[in-house]
Amino acid sequence: MKITLKIWRQKNNTSKGAFKVYQHEHVSEDMSFLEMLDVLNNELVVKGEEPVAFDHDCREGICGMCSLYINGRPHGPQQTTTCQLHMRTFKDGETIVVEPWRAKAFPVVKDLVVDRTAFDRIQQAGGYVSVNTGGVPDGNAIPIPKKVADEAMDAAQCIGCGACVAACKNASAMLFTSAKISQLALLPQGQAERKERAEKMVAQMDAEGFGACTNTGACEAECPKGISLTNIARMNREYFMATLTSYEVQAKGDGA
Amino acid sequence: MNWFTKLLTSTLGRKLMMALTGLFLILFLVVHLIGNLQLLKHDGGEAFNVYAKFMTSNPLIKTVSYVNYACILIHIIWALLLTMHNRKARGSEGYAVSKNSSAWTSRNMGILGTFILIFLVIHLQGFWAKMHWGNIPVKVYDGQEVKDLYAVVAFAYSNILWVAIYVFSMLVLAFHLWHGFASTFQTLGLNHLKYNQPIRFVGRAFSIIVPVLFAIIPIVMYLTTPH
Repeated sequence: MKITLKIWRQKNNTSKGAFKVYQHEHVSEDMSFLEMLDVLNNELVVKGEEPVAFDHDCREGICGMCSLYINGRPHGPQQTTTCQLHMRTFKDGETIVVEPWRAKAFPVVKDLVVDRTAFDRIQQAGGYVSVNTGGVPDGNAIPIPKKVADEAMDAAQCIGCGACVAACKNASAMLFTSAKISQLALLPQGQAERKERAEKMVAQMDAEGFGACTNTGACEAECPKGISLTNIARMNREYFMATLTSYEVQAKGDGA
Repeated sequence: MNWFTKLLTSTLGRKLMMALTGLFLILFLVVHLIGNLQLLKHDGGEAFNVYAKFMTSNPLIKTVSYVNYACILIHIIWALLLTMHNRKARGSEGYAVSKNSSAWTSRNMGILGTFILIFLVIHLQGFWAKMHWGNIPVKVYDGQEVKDLYAVVAFAYSNILWVAIYVFSMLVLAFHLWHGFASTFQTLGLNHLKYNQPIRFVGRAFSIIVPVLFAIIPIVMYLTTPH
């Protein structure tokens, strides 16, 4: 099949970007979207042009590295990661517009690559459980109801790709942050740091300059891992309760 | 930052303020509606006038009304703060193509709210300010002098333009509530599989029934006044 690509090209963070149109003649419908871009880049290299920079890693839909805002939607028309999106989803002769994630907190590094380390800093602020070294604890020593375990697992599905931020009209990172807070708040192991975690992660999220939530649900609709809005409500609950009842927490939002 | 100021100024805290003031305003709508429905009583406005007098003179109601004014102001100011913050977070470069799958009302609460604010100014200037400081004819019920606010209302609603403004504003309010009602619960963290459906249902029913009842009053009064 043949397609026309309209791709955002930007040299670096300080330069101004613009769309460039490419005619792609050698596309198989069995290719993934990233493979299609690989072939395009090969052709560009042969022609002596600069290849299109885009993020990718596992290409199995689990690392959260690939991004791309395709035809007006994060990860394209299907609720999946870009690497799992196949060209058969598109029509022959179609024009596909490819843009980077747009958010103040996700500055463009080059072309379609954005800097998502803001997510890492939110995670580092409290998205962990402190575990002492020592003997391996017995399996099943801590009883967890199946339903609760399932809910925690559903939240833990988040791969931190940033589609929620990209889809949100406010560039809010609440679906991501709430999933990370939820997965630990639901489990017994997460209780010790529960309040501190909520306060610190929210403070970091704010410090990174992400927007607030308007409960539009655009994030949930685009999340390739089906993270639900319920998590945001839980985060609100966790945060309000933590702020009202915790010992004073020094949440400066500086990644510490 | 002190924990309390942080609670009110963080992104979550600002949303909390929006939700709490929003919920109070929803309660206010119910009280306001019950009062207004007395306009439709065929008693020459006696019930409504006595009620209006009570609402402007009872000390408890007066106190609550100050809370109400505060809620309206906070709701507006915090909405502005949030909108400015959110615009900044989006960044300067927008998307060339965007297919948003979210509901129209949820994305346009600011615009809907602005229309409601404009309506509020017209509305307060037309009735509330007149009741408080205006020169209104007086009626006597059981030896008590009561301002005849009913006459002011009836005069306004004999004009089709005023009726149109009120009906349109109630339509805007309905859309604002359509998203706002259930949204407050989500923001407050009151989200539970057992209650999500009932909350959504009550929210949608509320956002239809209340504005419709409000809008019926000027329509009925317009149709029943001799022209």
